[in-house]
Amino acid sequence: MIQSRTSHKRFTLSAAILAACGLAAPAGAQSMRDVESVAKERGLTTADLVAAAKTYLPSGQKDEYLMFASSGHAGQVFVIGLPSMRLLRSIAVFTPEPWQGWGFGVGNEILAEGFPSGKANLWGDTHHPALSETAGDYDGQFLFINDKINARVAVIDLRDWETKQIVKNPLTLSDHGGTFVTPNTEYIIEGGQYAVPWGSDYAPISEYKEKYKGSVTLWKFDRDRGRIDKERSFAIELPPYWQDLSDAGKLASDGYFFMNSLNTELATGGIQDKKPPFEAGASMNATDFLHIIDWRKAERIYEAGKVEMIKGFPVITLKTALDEGLLHVTPEPRSPHGVDVAPKGDFIVVSGKLDPHVTIYSMSKIKSAIANKTYSGTDEFGVPILDFDSVVESRIEVGLGPLHTQFGPDGYAYTSLYLDSAVARWTMGGSYGSATPEPDWTLVQKTPVHYNVGHIAVAEGDTVSPDGKYLVSLNKWSVDRFYPTGPLLPQNLQLLDIGSQGTEMPVIYDSPMGVGEPHYAQIVKADKLDPWTTYPQVGWDPHVQNIEPMAPKPKMERVQRNDDGSVDIYMTAIRSHFNPEHIYLKQGDKVRWHITNTERAVDATHGFAVPMYNITASLEPGETVTIEFEADTSGTFPFYCSEFCSALHLEMMGYLMVEPN
Amino acid sequence: MRSLIARFMGPRVSRDEVSRHSIRYGTPGFLLLVARVLLLVSLFLPYWHMELQAPQYPDGLHMTAYLNALTGDVAEIDGLNHYIGMRSLYEAASIERTVGVFVMIAFVVMLELAATIHTRWTALLVAPVVLFPVVFLLDLHLWMRHFGLNLDPNAPLSNAVKPFVPTALGRGGIGQFVTIATPGAGLILAGVASVVLILALYFHRRAYLPLVKRQHDESSHASA
Repeated sequence: MIQSRTSHKRFTLSAAILAACGLAAPAGAQSMRDVESVAKERGLTTADLVAAAKTYLPSGQKDEYLMFASSGHAGQVFVIGLPSMRLLRSIAVFTPEPWQGWGFGVGNEILAEGFPSGKANLWGDTHHPALSETAGDYDGQFLFINDKINARVAVIDLRDWETKQIVKNPLTLSDHGGTFVTPNTEYIIEGGQYAVPWGSDYAPISEYKEKYKGSVTLWKFDRDRGRIDKERSFAIELPPYWQDLSDAGKLASDGYFFMNSLNTELATGGIQDKKPPFEAGASMNATDFLHIIDWRKAERIYEAGKVEMIKGFPVITLKTALDEGLLHVTPEPRSPHGVDVAPKGDFIVVSGKLDPHVTIYSMSKIKSAIANKTYSGTDEFGVPILDFDSVVESRIEVGLGPLHTQFGPDGYAYTSLYLDSAVARWTMGGSYGSATPEPDWTLVQKTPVHYNVGHIAVAEGDTVSPDGKYLVSLNKWSVDRFYPTGPLLPQNLQLLDIGSQGTEMPVIYDSPMGVGEPHYAQIVKADKLDPWTTYPQVGWDPHVQNIEPMAPKPKMERVQRNDDGSVDIYMTAIRSHFNPEHIYLKQGDKVRWHITNTERAVDATHGFAVPMYNITASLEPGETVTIEFEADTSGTFPFYCSEFCSALHLEMMGYLMVEPN
Repeated sequence: MRSLIARFMGPRVSRDEVSRHSIRYGTPGFLLLVARVLLLVSLFLPYWHMELQAPQYPDGLHMTAYLNALTGDVAEIDGLNHYIGMRSLYEAASIERTVGVFVMIAFVVMLELAATIHTRWTALLVAPVVLFPVVFLLDLHLWMRHFGLNLDPNAPLSNAVKPFVPTALGRGGIGQFVTIATPGAGLILAGVASVVLILALYFHRRAYLPLVKRQHDESSHASA
């Protein structure tokens, strides 16, 4: 394999590297001999130099792809450029983030939308980002992300890369099966995970089968408003099987979505009572169930009003779902993780963590099995089980611990192998087969990764038109790859070059992530996005994506004491001063502090920080924010611009003087 | 009165004469027409550009002056200028920008008139238009000088930056900025118009001076 470090071709540098390096010695003194001497000094192989040439971006050059990655416990979204693998930004979502002022003056009301039962939940476990799609392809407009631990979904606007909405699922408390979008982003699918009684009400676990519920929620997306429309969203009740990852059908499978499940045993654990723990109880059966759900039919049923209101939310009950024939299951290898729909929508690939195969289902076979009622029985909830042999297209032994599959443009599919710590490349059959030199449905190559890969992401690899080219392996363990950072080690995101056919598939970059655990990522061609570099106009409220008529304007700065005793402060910020600079308040005043950054220059961001009041805001050019608080602490508080906005940045300050009662 | 106007307008040329010597009589009128078109077109084109280059502005800052407007990164430049205490550029040459278009229209009318006059008075009507580009640059220079030399002594950087005269054309510098001032397409057209007008005056003189002289001679004969 090319990435082998024992390569003896050390300094036989080809002209190709020269070209790839962009080092075609200009008038300057550098030559390839310098590259050789650096390589010798640093012990780099030819393969290393090629990898460097493929990933290095000179200053000022921009990445070709953007990877939107979840961040796990960081509760945010990380945006990483490819092929450089440089972290470009984090986007604050479920967790307060001081640099962006998120939760400290900016976005407080959006965070508050996501507090189940009103209690502050200030972190999230983000898992599966989903870019908005048009006709099954990324359109670069919005990004959705779930919070697995609290069953919340957030909407991020990709014009300003800011979170606009957080919705809390009223029925369930975990949503590993989110977020996935239907091909035109009609719905954002949020699969519930650990079964709980509706709304997480109390019920002893002995009543698991009767009271504990599985569910999937279809959040309607209103693209014009850039918001989830809660009034047009609904859920479907499912057996308490711990529904897991999902994927929406497309093209051949348009109108369906697919969900794995991992506890069809209905295990209830109880290790303390010497009962099989969940890990054993939920892994007992040789197969679990792949759920096949006809969401267009579900939509019609919801629109016809055949729903039950549960916790104030419309739910198509399991009985209705079965009566209407919108839910089928079929066996799948046990403890599955990923279910991934092929680019043309004709195949659905499932990997069972404890089965060395990927199982490929055929959509046309599924459709005819549904039509002909080719059932092998029903489960204990009455859900019809499609006969496994009638719907399976192929099974390929790829290795141990297969988790997730992504697709290339050329008939290859890629599956992560957690236990093998490898990424497998295998060939598709059917209409994809002729694109590859190898026979259909065969394992082609396994590239070791370091270590314990979870998800993988191929450039646009879950769309109708994958780009291939790059694959990122999101490894859970880094063990010995980086300098030991104490006992808590970073994750390792490895970049693989999948641009060639056959067995060539080398790792070309290691990127440590010492800020959270990215689970899944989507990689989009950068030119599909059209982000703003400043807000379109001065006085812009990012929350509504429009001009705020009451935004402070130059020459209209003032401190206004209202009849109800509250105080409105209208302030502008421009290099290098706030106006006004002296603010007198009385202890106990209810304050609305409005600030507009009146700058029009790119990157002329100002901060606004007030000590002792837990306030900080980031004001990007043109942005206006309103910070509400009670001036409960008397004293003298120098507020300041917390961004190094200009040479006189430290002078960009003022005094808040709160007079004691 | 009529004779006064006739003397002002100069000798008339018969249609036959014009068609016999179409080049001689046509050239000045044609050139005056060209100048009018050039000036009218220049109304819609920038007269002056200034680019400010600095490390933190990789694309530079750009300011463009039209006869009636100031566009580009003026707000940003103003924002920077406040550090050295320079007044807002929007306050500069506001009268000029208000009347600029009307002056240009007046020029066009004057040239229209100049084409019908066949005496030395034509030169009087044409001369201001010829001088216009120079006057424009002189005015620009005086404003720059005025702004540059009258900096607010209470500005943040008043100790670091002493009053200076920004360059109206060519390269200059202030702080980390390099300034590059260049004439715009409108000003160039106005300059071309000036040259055309000088040529027009020459051909005008060549065509009509003999007629004026003859008329003069005839009238002195008649009075004699």
